[in-house]
Amino acid sequence: MALSTSLRSNLIKPLTALTALSSTHRLRSPFSSSADDATVLTIETSVPFIGHNCEPPSRNVETTPKELLGFFHDMALMRRMEIASDSLYKSKLIRGFCHLYDGQEAVAVGMEAAITRRDCIITAYRDHCIYLGRGGTLFECFSELMGRQSGCSKGKGGSMHFYKKENGFYGGHGIVGAQIPLGCGLAFAQKYSKDETVTFAMYGDGAANQGQLFEALNMAALWDLPAILVCENNHYGMGTAEWRAAKSPAYYKRGDYVPGLKVDGMDVLAVKQACRFAKEHALKNGPIILEMDTYRYHGHSMSDPGSTYRTRDEISGVRQERDPIERVRKLILSHELSNEAELKSIEKEIRGQVDDAIAQAKESPMPDPSELFTNVYVKGFGIEVAGADRKEVRGVLP
Amino acid sequence: MAATGTMRRSFGSLAFSISKRAFSTSPSPVDANGLKSMNLFSAINHALQIALESDPRAYVFGEDVSFGGVFRCTTGLADRFGKGRVFNTPLCEQGIVGFGIGLAAMGNRAIAEIQFADYIYPAFDQIVNEAAKFRYRSGNQFNCGGLTIRAPYGAVGHGGHYHSQSPESFFCHVPGIKVVIPRSPKQAKGLLLSCIRDPNPIVFFEPKWLYRLAVEEVPEHDYMLPLSEAEVIRQGTDITLVGWGAQLAVMEQACSDAEKEGISCELIDLRTLLPWDKETVEASVRKTGRLLVSHEAPVTGGFGAEISASMVERCFLRLEAPVARVCGLDTPFPLVFEPFYMPTKNKILDAIKSTVNY
Repeated sequence: MALSTSLRSNLIKPLTALTALSSTHRLRSPFSSSADDATVLTIETSVPFIGHNCEPPSRNVETTPKELLGFFHDMALMRRMEIASDSLYKSKLIRGFCHLYDGQEAVAVGMEAAITRRDCIITAYRDHCIYLGRGGTLFECFSELMGRQSGCSKGKGGSMHFYKKENGFYGGHGIVGAQIPLGCGLAFAQKYSKDETVTFAMYGDGAANQGQLFEALNMAALWDLPAILVCENNHYGMGTAEWRAAKSPAYYKRGDYVPGLKVDGMDVLAVKQACRFAKEHALKNGPIILEMDTYRYHGHSMSDPGSTYRTRDEISGVRQERDPIERVRKLILSHELSNEAELKSIEKEIRGQVDDAIAQAKESPMPDPSELFTNVYVKGFGIEVAGADRKEVRGVLP
Repeated sequence: MAATGTMRRSFGSLAFSISKRAFSTSPSPVDANGLKSMNLFSAINHALQIALESDPRAYVFGEDVSFGGVFRCTTGLADRFGKGRVFNTPLCEQGIVGFGIGLAAMGNRAIAEIQFADYIYPAFDQIVNEAAKFRYRSGNQFNCGGLTIRAPYGAVGHGGHYHSQSPESFFCHVPGIKVVIPRSPKQAKGLLLSCIRDPNPIVFFEPKWLYRLAVEEVPEHDYMLPLSEAEVIRQGTDITLVGWGAQLAVMEQACSDAEKEGISCELIDLRTLLPWDKETVEASVRKTGRLLVSHEAPVTGGFGAEISASMVERCFLRLEAPVARVCGLDTPFPLVFEPFYMPTKNKILDAIKSTVNY
């Protein structure tokens, strides 16, 4: 069908322009993983940004060897964690629902590079890597996934509900679209406290059709809130392709009066540039929508094989042509910032870290049964809770 | 259940056998032949096939229903009846239900699917304020009786906060809609067909735990089971137990265990929660003098409270013991703590014994 072939070709845009890189400084530095931060490289993004009601930023992004190696490390760590979670789920150590992010790492990593920990991020349930990007540890991730006490939400949230308050990560939400008005509320608080911070409210192409998104957008625009709505468009809302769910899959244009930017979400430098641009814009002019054109290799969740609604060719095609980690690897190698052997050893070290964290998490205890009753209300509120029948202890909620 | 003028018009040229039964909810005889072993999702699929076949203006829609749905209840429907009648909606519950109300207001049978009952809340306003009150506020000029909303509900062992909820009590508080919950494949097919053909908007909760687990011999032909009629599924003399949906299987086990200890339990499946069959429950409580209600939803404000209050009103002097409620705890549906939260067989057994020995 014409529509789907054009869609496929849209998804697989080859890693162009890697051979035609321009750089202001080509430093043949000795290979070392503690790469240098002073050299500035200017790299062109894979495709230009497309703006809606705004002037898009330049496609030349400045970066340093240290930053690029950092990107490689962070994305490889996220990738490894998600793959490990897949096996843990299959061996029933992780129960419940598990939505994996592999393929989309560039969005999490690029965003972090452009913002501070005082900016807020809020997202739906595909949140493991965002949590990691916000400063979470592997141990906390795996513990939470396996429902242990040492998890970031004390084991009470699970895969879909990771939070990190001190680093501005507001989670981790089950009902798609519900987190967007929340994000606009966070932005209001930030504007009120005048601390030059912004909120990134993330959602997917499925949630883009929820009414509450438009309600929140209207409020944010009306009150000039520093809210950045990020649509992680991986082209499938669970099993439904975007063109079957939305009359207009140009999500960056859906804001109408709110400006938007379409970004190649598989290019970490493009994401970084877009987020920096968006933050500046939001602080001055109010809300903006970023559409990250990205892709997930796994199915919607661990219950979804991911191959009933898309072809294996499509998945492997994207993996070959647009994989975010491969892109950065090629950049690093072509700029001679490191060599194959070193990158492989980074990946090996990551594998070791992940395995250690899993082993540690496996040993950690489950939450105490009394935790079933904690945090229903504020501590000490004194509400009585009755058990399943009269004979259960009538306790006062802690 | 009298037929309204608007509804009858839409059935005008239909098969003779359906037009007579369209508004009756009296059961049709189930013959011994023509039975087929089916699980819950197949039975529901069967009911939908029959509904779409018997009424050319019936439509099935919701998120991902086209390929068969996440629980396979709608498999084969799109292929058989076409994309004009079985179609996917975008991810917008409020929109889905509102759209269904409008479709029903034009005299169609709108069968909307909400993918999980946990997601029904954005549509709550549409159900409570639009669907339930349409006939009332328009002085019977308009109605959305052709609307049936199906949603999988209830615990499934690993569902967590947003794939396990039992929201039935929120809807039982709304005059104008009906709430129906089947306990098994055979019940589900008959009840669903009744709901689809009933001239009132109905919310039909399907126990997701039973989709594959429950297998039964289900008649293959078109049959309907009565709404607002409870069914006594186990006779007894010492205590009356009332429940619905998947919880009945747990209660059945508790009854068997109690039998071994010499307690004879009567088990009633409410089937329709709103409007519910008070007479059957009252007759049973008058016989046994004791009542126990069990449901997965949290105990405070759960539907068990309504049953308890009504029976106390009617049978106060007959009651030998306070009404027992063995329900979910007053917490959000937990993740790892699910086994503690659920009203298990042992909790029910304890309550049976303490009620009988009061």
